[in-house]
Amino acid sequence: MPQVSLTVNGKPASVEVEGRTLLVELLREKLGLTGTHVGCDTSQCGACVVHVDGMAVKSCTMLALSANGATVTTIEGLAAADGTLHPMQEMFREHHALQCGFCTPGMVMAAIDLVNSHPEGLTEEQIRHGLEGNLCRCTGYHNIVKAISAAWPLMHQKGLPVAAE
Amino acid sequence: MTLPFQGIGASVRRKEDLRFISGRGHYTDDINRPGQLHAYIKRSDRPHAKILSIDTAAAKAAPGVVAVFTGADTAALGSIPCGWQIHNKDGSPMAEPRHPMLAEGFVRHVGDQIAVVIAETRQQAKDAAELLAVEMEDLPSVANVTDAIKPGAGVVHEGIAGNLCYDWHIGDKAAMEAAFAQAAHVVTLDLTNNRLIPNAMEPRAALGDFDSSTDDYTLYTTSQNPHVIRLLMGAFVLGLPEHKLRVVAPDVGGGFGSKIYHYAEEAIVTWAAGKLKRPVKWTAERSESFMSDAHGRDHVSTARLALDKDGTFLALHVQTLSNMGAYLSTFATAVPTYLYATLLAGVYTTPAIYAEVKAVFTNTVPVDAYRGAGRPEATYLLERLVDAAAHDTGMDRIAIRRKNFIPRDAFPYQTPVALQYDSGDYFTTLDMAMKHADWAGFPARRAEAAQRGKLRGIGVSTYLEACGIAPSKVVGSLGARAGLYEVANVRVHPTGSVSVFTGTHSHGQGHETTFAQLVTDQLGVPFSQVDVVHGDTAKIPFGMGTYGSRSLAVGGSAMVKAMDKIIAKGKKIAAHLMEASADDIEFKDGKFTVAGTDKVKTLGEIALTAYVPHNYPIEELEPGLDETAFYDPKNFTFPGGCHICEVEIDRDTGVVRVVNFTAVDDVGRVVNPMIVEGQVQGGVAQGIGQALLENAAYDADGQLLSGSFMDYTMPRADDLPNFNVSTENTMCTHNPLGSKGCGEVGAIGSPPAVINAVVDALRDYGVRHLDMPATSAKIWGIIEAGRPKMAAE
Repeated sequence: MPQVSLTVNGKPASVEVEGRTLLVELLREKLGLTGTHVGCDTSQCGACVVHVDGMAVKSCTMLALSANGATVTTIEGLAAADGTLHPMQEMFREHHALQCGFCTPGMVMAAIDLVNSHPEGLTEEQIRHGLEGNLCRCTGYHNIVKAISAAWPLMHQKGLPVAAE
Repeated sequence: MTLPFQGIGASVRRKEDLRFISGRGHYTDDINRPGQLHAYIKRSDRPHAKILSIDTAAAKAAPGVVAVFTGADTAALGSIPCGWQIHNKDGSPMAEPRHPMLAEGFVRHVGDQIAVVIAETRQQAKDAAELLAVEMEDLPSVANVTDAIKPGAGVVHEGIAGNLCYDWHIGDKAAMEAAFAQAAHVVTLDLTNNRLIPNAMEPRAALGDFDSSTDDYTLYTTSQNPHVIRLLMGAFVLGLPEHKLRVVAPDVGGGFGSKIYHYAEEAIVTWAAGKLKRPVKWTAERSESFMSDAHGRDHVSTARLALDKDGTFLALHVQTLSNMGAYLSTFATAVPTYLYATLLAGVYTTPAIYAEVKAVFTNTVPVDAYRGAGRPEATYLLERLVDAAAHDTGMDRIAIRRKNFIPRDAFPYQTPVALQYDSGDYFTTLDMAMKHADWAGFPARRAEAAQRGKLRGIGVSTYLEACGIAPSKVVGSLGARAGLYEVANVRVHPTGSVSVFTGTHSHGQGHETTFAQLVTDQLGVPFSQVDVVHGDTAKIPFGMGTYGSRSLAVGGSAMVKAMDKIIAKGKKIAAHLMEASADDIEFKDGKFTVAGTDKVKTLGEIALTAYVPHNYPIEELEPGLDETAFYDPKNFTFPGGCHICEVEIDRDTGVVRVVNFTAVDDVGRVVNPMIVEGQVQGGVAQGIGQALLENAAYDADGQLLSGSFMDYTMPRADDLPNFNVSTENTMCTHNPLGSKGCGEVGAIGSPPAVINAVVDALRDYGVRHLDMPATSAKIWGIIEAGRPKMAAE
């Protein structure tokens, strides 16, 4: 079986996988990182979103072998070494942006990429559009949108520009 | 240091969030047991067929395969049971066909399980399943209820004529007919309540484990009610006594009803684990969820409302066909009867109601309770019918509702369809919602939208539901095969921290937080010192689980009762320590005091004394501070309220956008306002999903067309608005908390508000009614058909 070597949450990993193994299967089954979830089989729900080299990726859509040499961050790798939560994690809790928690890891990882990629600011409409690839069945998204808006100033360390209507 | 207020009424941030936001949740598929095998289920791709043969030889010989089982192996086991027996109009019991865990000679819906392949890895099991040679002969099949009752329709179960499960009724037919004979107006409406697929984000999963040293079985499963699964699977399907069977429902990623029921896969993995003496795990792929999770709704109804010349409702006649699917799921039979027809008075004083319900088998996935279960169907029917009545008689939509509301001073109010409402105030929730939604300003917004080329509409729904399920004696008399009380065990530990063991189950509702707030409030124990334990039959005495918005109203009431016992015992211990009479001991804020003195003992001191009884009334009182209480509700609870939806329709595309959504709900006492708002927001999102987007589509033969997230439209972030939700509460009068329940109100109240708004937006096109979902294609067709007429005018 081929070998895949990558860095996951700052730690090197080298694992034998079948050619058809998906990145999410590698994470969950080989590395025991069960925080990344599988919610569908058509790359629609986004429960499996992780960061690959800093970009949000649906890990059910990527072969493990394609991640050879990549740096992967999962929900387990977001908090600082001392346990301090990432601002997005904090804001999800503060704004009750999760209920059952199943979509949450993918939602948080997608939201971080969304905020990172919009240093100029982020309107509610942009947030809602940016979450197109992530399904949540519990919250109705209202509080997720609030949480992401609240995380933007913390992540960019400046006030969120008021959107021009 | 003063602790922040974390008792009843505080929006305490949730305890459970810390693990969920860190990826440390513990869902069923996250659990792995040593030596675990993986199961893959071969499912039918035919809606109805006779199985002629199954050749398992090649699959059994495939790499990694340990076993292949078919219905021949499990035929001696029990049928998956239905928990509620309904009786026909003539008093005879409903038809109740066998529901095997693996198909026995026939498959009856796409997704029906034919065989299970068990292998060392999941991929090996799946690969081997491809090698199963199943020879089948197609049989006539039928998917929708109106076709299924026609003569000559395909017969789902041999021997069940006309595919009829039951033909049931409620109410006074003669009174209804007499009222219709006197009516000045009769309003008739045919409507469909579209079939939905619950789609909790966590697919179902089950892991069976067998301990060969003790012969104990453990099932880890995605369930809303582990004790119920233990009972149903143990007693009825596998014949395992409860003391040898543990069921664990760990973190569960949403349920919305779909994880109440006992499913075949749970029995398959548990039985197979015992047979193979190794753990066996099954996790659904989403495609399997679509064709094996119980679906929701699927009613076809005709409703007739009789009114006098002033618009007062005189009588209601409802005839409903309800789709059961191919087999009876656990609660399926109760949904279109006692959770539906008993709600047909709604918030109105309609004096005569008669409802007839035919439940029908079809070659589709079983249908059961989905968020609201019966009550959304009743509310949709009523609130569409009332709007149609306003339309037909020329009355104002608000005025006709106010005219027929149950007056504030009429509670307790006995309806003509069995229920007695204890409290409510529909005038106030309507007034507040109209204010919050700026109902008065709507004409200006409509005119402004028209200038932009948009069709704007506003719709209202004034609703009521019955939850806090349920008084055992009442439901027993109606056919329930179980009691519906709840159990709580409150354990004050020797150093004063508290564990609460509840028979309810949290799968997103935040019980670990809300219930800890109850303890903080009643026992004065700091929030951080309280843990709520749920989801494990080995830890919790008993319980009926979470559905029907029952956890706080019933489960919370059991906790209050258990804590009352803790306090009563604590007073006796405190009286002994402080040399006073127990009658003179007062308990407040975690302290026992002797009335009129400065003598005080904390709960922690009392607990330590109870567990270290050196100075203790050992002759009169047992040591320990650990109490269990069962609470059986005296009545259902009756949340209600008003939802107002405002939509804009794009004339060119037919796309409906919800621009404002306002909800004012009466949910009784609120423990955590943040959580209640979240519950309502989520419920409203599902209601808007039903009204505008979602539809479980079958072709006429029973092939599932909407079998993935590519085909079944789930509400996404950009389909929904921000919600303006609030509560205006009257207290439940018969439980100690005054709470009514909030889990389902959003999904119950919202669909008719949305459709009423869509119909209002299309009023210039002569639309009186349209069925859900109001998709852009449907609306576009209406607009296109209306264009020449509009142009000519």
